[in-house]
Formats: sequence, C-alpha cells, structure tokens
Amino acid sequence: MIVMNQNSKPSPAEGGVLEAPKRTLFQENWNLFRKNRLAMAGLVIFVIFFIIAVGGFFLTYGRSPVFDPALVRLQEKLRPPLSKPNLETLKPEELPRLGIYLFGTDDLGRDIFSRMLQGAWVSLTVGFIAVGIAVVIGVFLGGIAGYYGSSQIPLGHLLACLLLGGGVIAIVAGRTAMGISLILFGGATAALLIRVGYAEGKRPIPKALSVLFFNLFSVDVLITGLIDIMLCFPVFFLILTVVALIPSKIHYIMIVIGLTSWMGSARFIRAEFLSLREQDFVTAAKALGVSDWRIIFRHMVPNAMSPVLVSATIGIASAILIEAGLSFLGFGDASYATWGNILSSGKDFLFDAPWLTFVPGFAVLIVVLAFNLFGEGLRDVLNPKLKERH
Amino acid sequence: MSCGNEPLLSVENLKVFFHSDGTVSRAVDGVSYEVKEGETVCLVGESGCGKTVSVLAILGLVPQPPGEIPGGEILFKGRSLLELNEEALQEIRGKEISMIFQEPMTSLNPVFTIGDQIEEAITTHEAVERAEAQRRTIELLADVGIASPEERMKDYPHNLSGGQRQRVMIAMALACEPDLVIADEPTTALDVTIQDQILHLFRELKKKRQMALLYITHNLGVVAEIADRIYVMYAGIIAEVGNVEQVFRNPNHPYTMGLLASLPSRVRKGQPLYSIPGAVPDPAYKPQGCPFNPRCPYVNEICRREFPEMCDFGDHHFARCPIIFQERKNL
Repeated sequence: MIVMNQNSKPSPAEGGVLEAPKRTLFQENWNLFRKNRLAMAGLVIFVIFFIIAVGGFFLTYGRSPVFDPALVRLQEKLRPPLSKPNLETLKPEELPRLGIYLFGTDDLGRDIFSRMLQGAWVSLTVGFIAVGIAVVIGVFLGGIAGYYGSSQIPLGHLLACLLLGGGVIAIVAGRTAMGISLILFGGATAALLIRVGYAEGKRPIPKALSVLFFNLFSVDVLITGLIDIMLCFPVFFLILTVVALIPSKIHYIMIVIGLTSWMGSARFIRAEFLSLREQDFVTAAKALGVSDWRIIFRHMVPNAMSPVLVSATIGIASAILIEAGLSFLGFGDASYATWGNILSSGKDFLFDAPWLTFVPGFAVLIVVLAFNLFGEGLRDVLNPKLKERH
Repeated sequence: MSCGNEPLLSVENLKVFFHSDGTVSRAVDGVSYEVKEGETVCLVGESGCGKTVSVLAILGLVPQPPGEIPGGEILFKGRSLLELNEEALQEIRGKEISMIFQEPMTSLNPVFTIGDQIEEAITTHEAVERAEAQRRTIELLADVGIASPEERMKDYPHNLSGGQRQRVMIAMALACEPDLVIADEPTTALDVTIQDQILHLFRELKKKRQMALLYITHNLGVVAEIADRIYVMYAGIIAEVGNVEQVFRNPNHPYTMGLLASLPSRVRKGQPLYSIPGAVPDPAYKPQGCPFNPRCPYVNEICRREFPEMCDFGDHHFARCPIIFQERKNL
C-alpha cells in the first residue's frame, strides 16, 4: 500500500548528500494530491462547506438565534433573492440580519439563507454520522470476516445467539413474557455450551449434545452472506420503508442510513485483511504475544483503511443525497430546515419562485460533487498503481 | 531458572501435518531436539524440510486447520506448550520465547514508527510507563547497533535499510529479555557483509545477555561460525546431531556428507560442483523406509523397508543411519 516516491530524493550530484529527505508519508501524499486540481477544488469546497455548516449550527441554534430559520413573516412571502424587506410591516426583531433576503423567502416568508445555513449543518452531520456508523460496522464485520474467516461456527452458538436476539426483539416489540422466556432459553443454551466447551478435549462431548457442536458454516460465509443479503435490497427503498415505520427524527434517519450502507467498507476491509493476514508483520506481532484484537484493530486496520477512506468520502456525498431525497419525499424531520425539505416546499412554486428550487439544488450539487472529486483524488493518491500516472 | 543439564526447551517426537485436498503433507515427522540454557543450537536443512514449521509449532503459530499436530511434546521450562491455551501462549510469546523472522522488509508494520513497535513489544508484557518504555527502546536500539537511536526511533520502516530493519527486529525480540530467541533464517534476505555484521551482533548479544538461541538456517558457513550444537534436518526428520567439529569433520549421515561435499570450498578448482542426485521428496508422498533412500549412495534393501533408528556414535553425536553405523563399528 505504502510506497515511497523515489523521485523526491535529491541526486547526489546536485545535493551532494545522500540523506533521504525527512518527509512523512502524509507530506508525500499531500504533494501528489496538490497536483490534482479537481481534487483540490473538491477539498477547498469541502473546507468551506465545513466552516459554513459549523458556523450555521451556532448561528441558527437556540431560542433567539442570529439567523432564525423558523421565523414566519407571512407578509413577506416568496420574495426573490437580494430583495429588501418591507420596513413598515415588520417588527425590528423580525428584520433579516443581513438587511436583505440574500436567497429570498419561501411561501411562509421564512428566510431561505437562514434555512440553508441550518440545512448545511444537518447535511454535514447526516453525512458524517451516517458514514461514521457505516465505517465502524463495516470495519468491525469486515475485519472479523477477514481475520477469523475460516473458523467454523457451531450450531449451538448460532442457536444461542438467535434465541437471545429474538428475546430482545420480542421485548422491544412488547411481548415481554415471550421475550424473557426466549432470553432464558438462550442463556441456558449458552451456559451449557460454555460448560461443555471448556471440558472439550479433556473428556468427550456427550452424544446428545454433539449436535450443538456440529459446524454449520464459517464466520466468513456468515458475514459475506449478510453483506450479500443487504446488498440485494435497493437501499433507498429499504430506508424509505424503515423511515416510514419509525418516528421521523433526524437522528433516526442518520442511524438508518448508516445501518444500510456499511457493506462497501466491510467488503473492502475483508478483502484487504485476506492479504494482510498472511503478511509477515502479522505473524511477527503474533510471535511477540500481541493479542488478536490488538493485531486486528491496531496493526491491520490502519493498513487496510485507505480504500475505506475513499469510499467513506464518496459515501458522505451519497448520505447527503439520500437525506435530501428523503426530505424531498416528505419523510424527513420537519423540525429542521434541511436542503431536501426546502427543495420539497419549493417544488410547488417552481415557476413563481424558482430560487426555492435552485438555491438548495445547487448547494446539494456542489457539495456532493466536491465530496466525489475529493474522494477520487484521495483514491488516486492512496493507490500506488494509479500514483505512477502523475 | 533451572540448573544443570535440564534443557530449557525440549521438543520430543514432534509431528506437524498439513491437510490439503485429501492429501496429508507430513511437514514435520517426528522431530526431537533440545536447547539448553545459554546455548546456540542450529537447525540446518534445505527449504521445505520442516525447520520453520517445527519452531512455529513451539510458539503455537501453526494455523489449524490446515495444520495439525498429531503427536509429540514440547517442553519449555518443564511446561508442555502444546497443552497451553491461547492466552497462556500469548504470555510466553515475546516474553520468554521470541522469534526473529526471515524477511526484515515485511516483518515490520509499515504504518508505525519503529520506536512504537519496539515499545509495543515491551508494553505488551510489562506494565511500564511510556517514558520508561521509550528509554528502554533507545537502549535496545543502541544495543543492536543502530546509530543515533533517539532519532531513528521516529523513523518508519521504509526509511531504514534491510540490515537496519533486521536489527530493529532483533531489538523487538530482545525487548522483554526472553530466555530463548528463535531466529528463522535472519540473514537469508541480507547480503554477505550485512549477514556477517548480524552474526557478529548475535554473538555480542549472547555474551551480554543470558539467552539461548535457536538458529534456523540453510547456510552451512553461518552454522560453522555460531553453533554449539547442530541438528541436520531432512524431509521432516532429524538426520544428524552433533557439535560443529563432529558434524563438519566427521559426518555420519549420507545426507550431511552430501551437503558438505557440495560446498564450493570442498571442490577442487576446475572440477564441477558436487550435488546430491535427485530432489527432496514431496512431503505428501515420502518414500517408505528412510526418506533419504532414493538419493543415498549407501542405500540397501533395509533402507527401503525400515525407518532408520537414531544411532549413537558416542560423545553426543547421533545420526539416523544404521548402515554407516555398522561400517564405522566394523572399522
């Protein structure tokens, strides 16, 4: 994965010193990245968006925010961008802070600029939290599938897990008695397995229980199967279904997006782990007595992260798009202004007030494009094969 | 610490088999050796004869499946390593037995500084503070002959040369002052001058610290330089055991004789180099009887039928060849 850029060393003829330049890998990659103009543009837009979104959070937060995205001024509805407020009909505290309606107002006279600011924050948090959840799940499952892949899962373990999981679901669904009995059964199975399992090798497993130790399939089959099943669902419709069933809170939406988009990172990590686990440094770490968890998460994950980083960057863009899409369809959280629901309310006035559509539309376009360009630039830099092209 | 003749490590009749597609490769097929405290023991043999697998089994690093250890015993300080569970083994790995690998280029994690990696070797087994771990890291790096260790410890593996990396690997192996260091062809990937420096370093370190060294190599020159005792392995078995003098001057197994005869220094100028005819048997399809019999110049009917016994040539010199044993006795 990591290749030094040999060209950067000064030749002895010019410098006279054969000392390799003290540059970290980050500096190496940064120099390469800087040459990619589109990716740099993506990064710059990303940084600007980040500042605006964080600023937007502080400016629109609280009881009396600097920019109030929820302030209704019915007499000022559908004012075009850059128009001046009507000073006669507005109370002083209702005046827009900038003195003008920078992006116009919507059908309730709410300031689109304030709403866009709040929407930027929502988009940013949706992108990062959803992708954060996806990456954590992906790295965890992918890492286990890649590292412990060939270990077999005995039937009994699966049974105990299903019973316990079923019990929790039953309790959550309101069937308390059934849930508790399932959990008790599951616990009993687990205790039995642990008791018999520890004695394994010292005395033979009783005939009647040997069925519990029948190896059903390997960890790898279980996890890749789970990934394939999840990939079968068209993600957007899966999210739509789930969001329709749960209360439409922005946090739930973030979690649902995260829970349905971890498969890419899981696959990347698994694939990287399959080759990494045969590497000498992993054996060397084992020979030093380092524990499995530490080997997986401290030694192997950092070596496997670069494709995940790239897919996460692009994943942020698609999470923002999914959230905007959900809001547009009316499944979003109505208590926040998001780019999606500004778009959604704007579609009714497409010809009367086109700015209601264009402003959030362009914002989504630019941010998503920026993340995609940034992600692709990152991929070019982190992939040693593509590196040679520059 | 045990005293006297009690060996630090003794491997008894160890067998390691690998299963693949219905065939069984008998990679290690009944190997016994022992390492006493402070001793340097060499395991010599060509590629694929089971040297590395037998030491991986000591540390419990043979992947199971496809590997299987159907028999034998490994005693370290009187404890049977094959019966220990994973957690107990992790306690021993790196702390009491550590291992140095063949490829210094790939045995270090590319994303951490070498200082971090040596510190990890220390903190894995000992509850010490960061500053203390750092101080010991610098000390270790100085011990293995790395110049300006304070600066070097901030370097990444790619900043170092092969020889330096192998020194770092040695420093990691020594971090917790183990009683036994297993070196798996530590100089094979290095050029001859660096190889000599590393061997010199091993000798120095052995003088300084009380540690036993189990050195695996296929390089007879290296063996002659450092070994107290030599185990010659062939196709998963021990062919001959003895000290340098015995094995090099007076080899008693046809395989050892063949190996020594093929050394370029033993062949007169202008003569073609000697080589043992034939090839190493496939570990899945070993010949019946003595595994060396298809290539042996002394072969007779018994060799093709019966697995040879270890014969005592006196003064701790053993070879698994009854034919030579008879010959020597009749002289």
